[in-house]
Amino acid sequence: MKLDNLTFKGGVHVPHHKELTQGIPLKSAKEPEMVIIPLQQHIGAPCDPLVKVGDRVKVGQKIGQANAFVSTPVHSSVAGIVKKIAPMITPTGMNINCITIEADGTNELDETVKPKGSLESLSSKEVLEIIKESGITGMGGAGFPTHVKLSPPPEKKIDTIILNGAECEPYLTADHRLMVERPEMVVLGLKSIMKAVEVDRGFIAIEDNKPDAIDAMRKVCSGETNIKVVTLKAKFPQGDEKRIINAVTGREVPSGGLPMDVGVVVDNVGTANAIAEAIKMGKPLYERIVTVTGNGIMEPQNLIVKLGTPFKEVIEQCGGYKGTPGKLIMGGPMMGLSQFTDEIPVIKGTSGILILTEEEVKPQPVAPCIKCGKCVQVCPVHLQPLYISKFSLNKKYDKAEESRALDCIECGSCSFICPAKRPLVESIRVAKREIIAKRKKAK
Amino acid sequence: MNNTLFASSSPHIRSEESVKRIMLDVCIALTPAIIGSIYFFGFKAFKLILLSVVSAVVFEALTQKALKKPVTIDDFSAVVTGILLAFNLPANAPWWLPVVGSAFAIIIVKQFFGGLGENFMNPALAARAMLLTSWPGIMSTFTAPGPDAVTTATPLAIMKGLAGTEATLPSLSQMFVGNIGGAIGETSSLLLLIGAVYLLLRGVIDWKTPISFIGTTVIMLFLFGVEPNLIPYHIFGGGLILGSFYMATDYSSTPVTPMGKIVFGIGAGFLTALIRVKGGYPEGVSYSILLMNVATPLIERFTRPKVFGEVK
Repeated sequence: MKLDNLTFKGGVHVPHHKELTQGIPLKSAKEPEMVIIPLQQHIGAPCDPLVKVGDRVKVGQKIGQANAFVSTPVHSSVAGIVKKIAPMITPTGMNINCITIEADGTNELDETVKPKGSLESLSSKEVLEIIKESGITGMGGAGFPTHVKLSPPPEKKIDTIILNGAECEPYLTADHRLMVERPEMVVLGLKSIMKAVEVDRGFIAIEDNKPDAIDAMRKVCSGETNIKVVTLKAKFPQGDEKRIINAVTGREVPSGGLPMDVGVVVDNVGTANAIAEAIKMGKPLYERIVTVTGNGIMEPQNLIVKLGTPFKEVIEQCGGYKGTPGKLIMGGPMMGLSQFTDEIPVIKGTSGILILTEEEVKPQPVAPCIKCGKCVQVCPVHLQPLYISKFSLNKKYDKAEESRALDCIECGSCSFICPAKRPLVESIRVAKREIIAKRKKAK
Repeated sequence: MNNTLFASSSPHIRSEESVKRIMLDVCIALTPAIIGSIYFFGFKAFKLILLSVVSAVVFEALTQKALKKPVTIDDFSAVVTGILLAFNLPANAPWWLPVVGSAFAIIIVKQFFGGLGENFMNPALAARAMLLTSWPGIMSTFTAPGPDAVTTATPLAIMKGLAGTEATLPSLSQMFVGNIGGAIGETSSLLLLIGAVYLLLRGVIDWKTPISFIGTTVIMLFLFGVEPNLIPYHIFGGGLILGSFYMATDYSSTPVTPMGKIVFGIGAGFLTALIRVKGGYPEGVSYSILLMNVATPLIERFTRPKVFGEVK
């Protein structure tokens, strides 16, 4: 099997801008004085609070839980007093019930935070239970509860686990630093996932613009027979689940299907690390690596930030804004969510805090489509974005649906490449929403 | 900080690509051929190119003003049309011919159909066809390179037997360099190919259409019984290089789908060979491209790429 230079058809070469932080070692962020912990940081049902105003909580204590299957608990990242439970604005743009905790600085650990024993001593059921109880979600950004992903229905036979270390978004280096500095944790996480799903074939897939991460991972995997480190050509959106499956295994996830339909589960390397920490240290997911970067920040860094820390505090620790910020983005510049305020908390899906300068985000005039076809060339799903966009802008959503708008993964490659600066993915998103709304109505 | 940050839908960065840059690249690619045509045909060629470009730009500005649309002459697309139109003219064409041609190309073919990106035919080629039907005498009287306006036949006309028995074919090397009779911009295959390589490297054009176009022309000529030693004359002696690399790659009048580009090239190549060998005209590149332009929406419909994960 080919292990190097794997890739997929389509995609676009985006300037990486990773030089800002790729050489900067991980560092713990300053202890927050106050954290705001949203009760929903994942796809699925929101949690109900388990504490009330005035309660004292400890680090790692479960403070929110839902009974739905597609949901995952949240934990306190500090020791302190619950000050408020109220809806607040979060980075996903939604108003969500949040627990505000004032830290007392003791960092007293909750009794539940203790090593869970060696992986060998645990059954796959127990591993799954630890993952679920630790509140682990996909750390790449989407935030899907990991235990759900690792519990496929019995008719779906999984034979391959892929750890996603592509980190194809420009600027972000959180996964990169993790693989360089804690490769053994990544491998432990992968083994735990393989145990939970009872699979004996695992891959760690890394884009070839991170040679030091590839070396580090290959070194710790040298004795492993079931785990292979494979390299991917650096191209956006290589880290997309279906693209990475295609590159590594050659399999094509059917339209509208899930990775499990082709026998694969993909998890982010950050997720693997969180799982490893949950087993080795008994640590639930209450902190994560965040790349704070961009030309709009004084000192770009890779910080280990406690969940619930306001963006504002993280930015201040990195020397603050350089000039007037143009855009504040959670995640990378291609698929990240732009924010209208920095008074929002870091959540489980905050892989990066990116600040672009005013100059970099200056709106560019939109010209008519010249039909150059570059969007068709780069679309990783092989759509024709120019036409779907045209249908959408003319409100011909049924036509957009016929052109398979719903297959769009919203990677933004088309809008990025468009010489006329047309809002291609932006308008396709509108069409998708309309089509889904219509389908729901019809039901 | 108050809630004043600018937020919008992703992506938050854009490439350096721009319409202007693309059109400028085409102008750059055409520059060697422009210099070549002035070298071979002298001031007459310079005059025709200048008149054609200036009138194309002026007509674009005037039409956009009259239609109360934003004036977009700074995107260089009218310049490209002007150059390509001039390239299709014989050296001794009168001064008004490029002006009339530009007017037709820009006002009728381009702006009346919605402007840049909306024209269903290549404007320069449509104008050439219009000029050829309206003034066939002027449009098909070619002069030999050099300062004296000596009338000569193109290699294609000679092969067609339209030039009398005493006319002989030029040497292949002369023809490749462009030192032969023909429209001012299409004679030098060498200089056109230099520009084409630039466009391919810059990613402005795709190799699929030109290669399938030229390849099909060659195969079909062979099948139609053209002697193999004459086939190089067919490749370099007419408008095939100019047409396949610069006109059949026009964005708005050709398919965007990868397979569609190949189908377009094959269709145009087939028609070119058919017209050259079986038709009344010695040259068929422009009509075949125009016919394929019209078929483009249909081609696109039948060549939609398989969507990732699509089960057919």
